[in-house]
Amino acid sequence: MLAPSPLLASPAIDTVARLREAVVQTRTLSIPSLSFGIGSMDDRLASGGLDGGGLHEIAAGSSSLTDDAAATLFLAGIAARFAAEVGQTVCWAMTDFDLYAPGLEQVGIGPAKLLYAQGRKDVDVLAIAEDALRDGSLACVIAEVKSADMTATRRLQLAASDGQTPMLLYRRYRTRDRCPLSSPSSAMTRWRISCMPSERLPWPGVGRARWQVELVRQRNGDPFSLELEACDAQGRLALPAPSRDRAAPPRRTDARDDAISRAA
Amino acid sequence: MTRSAAPPEAALQPRFVGTIDDDPGACSVPHGGGWRPGARWARDGAISGHSSQAELDALPAHQRPTMREMGRRNEHAEHPFKAMPSDEGGGTTSTPSLSWATLWRRPTVLVLRTGQRDVITAACPVAIDLGLRPAMAAAHARALVADLDVQDADLDADRALLDRLALHAVRHWTPTASVSGEDGLWLDLTGTTHLFGGEERFCRRLLAFLKRFGLTARIAIAATPGAAHALARFGSSDMVLLPAGQEAQALADLPLAALRLEPEALVSAARFGLERIADLYPMPRGPLARRLGLRTVERLDQARGLIAEPIIPVVPTDTPLVTRHLLEPIGTPESITQVISDLVDDLVVVLLQRGIGARTVLLTAVRVDGEPQRLVVGASRATRDARHLKRMLGLRLAQLELGLGIETMHMVVAHHEPLGAEAVGALLETSRKGRDLAPLVDQLSARAGEAAMFRLTSHESDVPERAIMRIAPLHAPTGWPGWKRPVRLLRRPEPLSNVVALMPDHPPRRFTWRWQAYRVVAGDGPERIHGEWWRTDREKWTVRDYFRVEAQGGERFWLFRRGDGVDPDTGDLSWHMHGLFG
Repeated sequence: MLAPSPLLASPAIDTVARLREAVVQTRTLSIPSLSFGIGSMDDRLASGGLDGGGLHEIAAGSSSLTDDAAATLFLAGIAARFAAEVGQTVCWAMTDFDLYAPGLEQVGIGPAKLLYAQGRKDVDVLAIAEDALRDGSLACVIAEVKSADMTATRRLQLAASDGQTPMLLYRRYRTRDRCPLSSPSSAMTRWRISCMPSERLPWPGVGRARWQVELVRQRNGDPFSLELEACDAQGRLALPAPSRDRAAPPRRTDARDDAISRAA
Repeated sequence: MTRSAAPPEAALQPRFVGTIDDDPGACSVPHGGGWRPGARWARDGAISGHSSQAELDALPAHQRPTMREMGRRNEHAEHPFKAMPSDEGGGTTSTPSLSWATLWRRPTVLVLRTGQRDVITAACPVAIDLGLRPAMAAAHARALVADLDVQDADLDADRALLDRLALHAVRHWTPTASVSGEDGLWLDLTGTTHLFGGEERFCRRLLAFLKRFGLTARIAIAATPGAAHALARFGSSDMVLLPAGQEAQALADLPLAALRLEPEALVSAARFGLERIADLYPMPRGPLARRLGLRTVERLDQARGLIAEPIIPVVPTDTPLVTRHLLEPIGTPESITQVISDLVDDLVVVLLQRGIGARTVLLTAVRVDGEPQRLVVGASRATRDARHLKRMLGLRLAQLELGLGIETMHMVVAHHEPLGAEAVGALLETSRKGRDLAPLVDQLSARAGEAAMFRLTSHESDVPERAIMRIAPLHAPTGWPGWKRPVRLLRRPEPLSNVVALMPDHPPRRFTWRWQAYRVVAGDGPERIHGEWWRTDREKWTVRDYFRVEAQGGERFWLFRRGDGVDPDTGDLSWHMHGLFG
């Protein structure tokens, strides 16, 4: 007697079909994920890039200030590419203000695109970020916090998917040895960035910075780790050129010998 | 009333008359000042030529000596658009042609018919000099002065003028102002006079303003309205500034009429022989209230600051205002939200009709016990978006102290700006990105505070820590030059130790920062930044040489050395860490 009658089954099928359509529609309405433009990276990301309506956590590889600066530049570059169009704005919420805006402008996120919000405590920063996400008029929201528990990240994730705005949560170190990414979170992806020695140039200058980009965890995908070249003026990362494709450095000894012979 | 056309004689009397030496024969020119070689008046005997104004006037226009010839050495031409005397000018000299005596040629009084007789309500200075006083019978005055100009007092016009002045005060000087009696204004100056340079300068400005307006005024500033009222009308000078706490002493010598008593109370006080306010101080309050009325005791206490006397301010009539009176007091958040939402809906209609948008909205909730509770929300841009206003008010709702409930709610737009029709284009847009940020900014600043939201713009300075400047979130910032800059800057540059560097223009080879040693493998620089000599003398010669270096582990730093390495005046060659590149 519990068997479904054929008369009732067909509307149920219709409903399911309609629901499927609605799901597809919402999927297409949501903003597309942002790919990095690096094949080996985008292929390994579950959605082919960073989800435009999700929470992404970024932390430095160690508690040193240089790794901290690298992670800051990494997320600034992502935000710059989310807000690539003219007139779009990124909101950056933090408690202690030690950013240097000219440096941020050099990874493509100029002063006209950046709106700062300074909260007194981490709770304020998270509330600001949630409001900004739900408003939906921003291209990206960045928040720097020292602590965010599962509830807070869950709220941010829901707000990001409601407002269709990407959320970049920068987890700073509370203690020297404990990585902030070790606590559970409901983020879509979690990244850890640390500095690497750059390629030596033929002259005694500093080359393009290099980072160890580590995807610690992602939904529906596996973690991976890559060595990448730092953001350029538009916030784009790049793969380091393999050594065999690299232009051959001029031989110093030969050059010196030539100079000596010419002088002689 | 006309001004006297002829200027007084004294103004044109030649100044040199008194300066001539006692023996003009000894020298051809007068001693004692006023002499200038080659002056025409010194050559041709102009001194004795036109000695009186009548003779000067008799000359044809082209032969009259100029001011210069008559001994005024620095006589400039009057500027055709001469600036008006400043408001601060306490000692503005009144030109003789504009004194009261010349302005009112005939003594003038204003009369008002009370009962069977005309009573003088106001008299011009000329009439007062002649002995006419307010409250005198008009017939008596006419008998005393022959050519008296008697005109009817127009109380409505006086009242209208005072109302206009009060409105002017609300717009220009203080938010709380009202008309007091028939001849005065209350201004609540709490926290406003510093905008005008202190109480005294404010008073002088006010007097100068009223003088230009053609009014004589007396001002008193005191801690209580009653004391200010008394001192302004019965005080010793035009400008009384009374420090707080001295009301009783200052009022002691004033007559009882200064206390705003009722006429009956004044009559009975005169019968008891009470003349000055000080006479009331030692009297027991019970008998005093019985004989002069409870109102007298109340006025006395108000003047001494023992009882509060609020000023009910005038509200400019063009302020958009909506009100809801509630049948029963409400106290739940839901009902209050509902009333606020109704008020906002009403307000938006008013704003729409007048084509304005609100910048500041003041919500006043009057409790059952008569205590008003106020909420203020500000918008960073003029708005009449009902949803936005409701959300901003909703964020502040917790600040209301409800007590036993709320009876009435008013919503006033304290500050508004013109706001035209909005384009419909926003409705057609599919994406919400890049929309107007003003609602979001308002919402976030309601949550985190006004100062928490900001943008950074460039400031014209090469010194890195001075190159950025905070501006309001909706202003347009400008960028920086493309020199390599770190992403995080230390709050203060931190000194490095154990630095090994090749002087003068190489980055260090090794250094120690925060108890950790680094070996540098690559470096760029120097980028030389000079001190800003126009700021302080200390920076006159200083130089910083900035280097971007990479340490062995891949850390990238921004360091600088004080001094150029050649000239010791430019710095002490110490090394500092200033920023971090990722």
